[in-house]
Amino acid sequence: MTKRILLVIAGMLLSGAVFAAGGGPTIDLGQLKMDPNDQASLQRGARTYMNYCSGCHSLEYMRYDRIAKDIGITLDNGAVATDMLKTNLMFTSDKVGDQIKIAMTPKEGAAWFGVVPPDLTLEARARGNEWLYQYLKGFYADPTKTWGVNNAVFPDVAMPHVLLGLQGIQTPIYETHTVTVDKDTQQIKTLVDLKLTQPGTLTEAEYDQLVTDLVNFLAYAGEPIKSERERLGVWVILGLILIGVFAYLLKREYWKDVH
Amino acid sequence: MKKLLTGLLGWVDDRIPLTQVWNEHLAQYYAPKNFNFWYFFGSLALVVLVIQLVSGIWLTMSYNPTAEGAFDSVEYIMRDVDYGWLIRYMHTTGASAFFIVVYMHMFRGLLYGSFQKPRELVWLLGMGIFLVLMAEAFMGYLLPWGQMSFWGAQVIISLFGAIPYIGEDLTLWIRGDYNISGVTLNRFFALHVIALPLILVGLVFLHVVALHKVGSNNPDGIEIKKLKDINGIPLDGIPFQPYYTVKDLFGVVVFLIVFAIVMFFMPEMGGYFIEHPNFIPADPLKTPEHIAPVWYFTPYYSILRAIPDKFLGVVAMGASVAFLFVLPWLDRGNVRSIRYRGPYFKTAVALFVVSFFVLGYLGAQAPTPAKTLLARIFSAVYFLFFILMPFYTKYDKNKPVPARVT
Repeated sequence: MTKRILLVIAGMLLSGAVFAAGGGPTIDLGQLKMDPNDQASLQRGARTYMNYCSGCHSLEYMRYDRIAKDIGITLDNGAVATDMLKTNLMFTSDKVGDQIKIAMTPKEGAAWFGVVPPDLTLEARARGNEWLYQYLKGFYADPTKTWGVNNAVFPDVAMPHVLLGLQGIQTPIYETHTVTVDKDTQQIKTLVDLKLTQPGTLTEAEYDQLVTDLVNFLAYAGEPIKSERERLGVWVILGLILIGVFAYLLKREYWKDVH
Repeated sequence: MKKLLTGLLGWVDDRIPLTQVWNEHLAQYYAPKNFNFWYFFGSLALVVLVIQLVSGIWLTMSYNPTAEGAFDSVEYIMRDVDYGWLIRYMHTTGASAFFIVVYMHMFRGLLYGSFQKPRELVWLLGMGIFLVLMAEAFMGYLLPWGQMSFWGAQVIISLFGAIPYIGEDLTLWIRGDYNISGVTLNRFFALHVIALPLILVGLVFLHVVALHKVGSNNPDGIEIKKLKDINGIPLDGIPFQPYYTVKDLFGVVVFLIVFAIVMFFMPEMGGYFIEHPNFIPADPLKTPEHIAPVWYFTPYYSILRAIPDKFLGVVAMGASVAFLFVLPWLDRGNVRSIRYRGPYFKTAVALFVVSFFVLGYLGAQAPTPAKTLLARIFSAVYFLFFILMPFYTKYDKNKPVPARVT
């Protein structure tokens, strides 16, 4: 027992490896590089969302006109360009001030897909931008699944690869290890890479950009106030620093006679 | 004009002791002149309390305390209410800031022996505040009705089920339902916004009254009331107003800058102040793979998990907080401040701090055999700090204490 304790402590002190254990995707699907202030990227992301995602996934805490205002679908005077918004992003009879809901009921969703497709307004905040990026690039051909695809970062996901026509088909590459436990030998297959075997209508770089834009848009939808929050924060902190200087001078003046 | 105002003050003073209270608690309340960094946290706790009360009042204006509407109403506050996002982040950042400030404040008491005679009641009332604060934070955390709200509450309430005989009935009584439901949410809301804040404010009042009766301790742990000048004013004392009001004002501004940096630039604090799974609405049918309490509860949660038996784990967790209450009677040292304590006490405090941080870290992690072992070791260190305190404080090689503050 003592030896075990010592080993654990030694391990902790030497490497911190005890703390490093953790999951995560086993294969590298690329790094997300997005710019939350790039309005063109956000607009492209919104377009992709409305065309490919909004059939099944609501965005129910967002309103159409809020999106338009924030991502620059506006007139010269800053008002929402209603016509542009309706032609490009609204394919239903919703009003511009409506929340983005879907026609499919949760019951139908559950019946058709096995699980109810989640609302995606807060998906980026719950899962993280990086995860979304990897997920959208992680679909690969798996004939054993209902939709013919599986996902490298979300195994056995119930969602079909909606962007398959754009990305094309990725084939999994496995590595086989032989593991022997108590004389019982087993072959273990691990997924190590995905290879694009049947190209879609987009090149790999174009698809990466599309996914980046989509993640950028979902990150925006998760917290639409983020850029305003940071802008305001700078001024509040500058103001506080100014007050702090005077508070310090006041304190110093009073404390001159304390010895 | 001046005559009119003096007249008005006299009129008020004849009816309510305004000037008297002002003098007793501020202008003629003599505090030791050698307060250091650690002494900011008392007034900061008061500032955070006000932040929480005010932001809380505004949140209730738009929050909907029902299982159907709670999650939606929080997002409504974040998106559609003018500056609702600011009010909400103020409240979430304030919750964590409250614990940081209170932990620092308690640690100050430990460092300088502020719990020793005659300040036992100041300490006990403070511990009462800490206990109510934990209940307040726990109940408030259910209100956003996210996955962590639901499952965190599920785990904590189920702990009461480990109590023999009455356990199951007790959990039913707390929840008001067989599972956490809208009924639970409603009662937690009532307790969070009315009952507990009332108790909290009352205890804070008593804490300050008790402190002003016995006077403040200081980093040297010297009783300044022992040496007074001919007017009966402590030689090492200075009136709280204006000296400490202006000093604390500066402390408050520095604190607000740090607070604003978190609130405006990292309100989630990497998932520690606002946990990521809490952006998914509560789902009683889907248990998250890893349930972790918010960071300020993780040390105690670690102790709970370290004990293999559920009931004993609950007892240990309770004991880990209960031991703090009896600190004034465990300490047998003849000096207050760590400055004049011997090596035993200093080592013990250092080990205690390390164990608190390690347990806090481990409580946020999914358990592994190695981590459970670590949690057991440091739980033992945590408890030994208290259990052995009567001995190492008594036999410590303390240094002589000077007559005047340094």
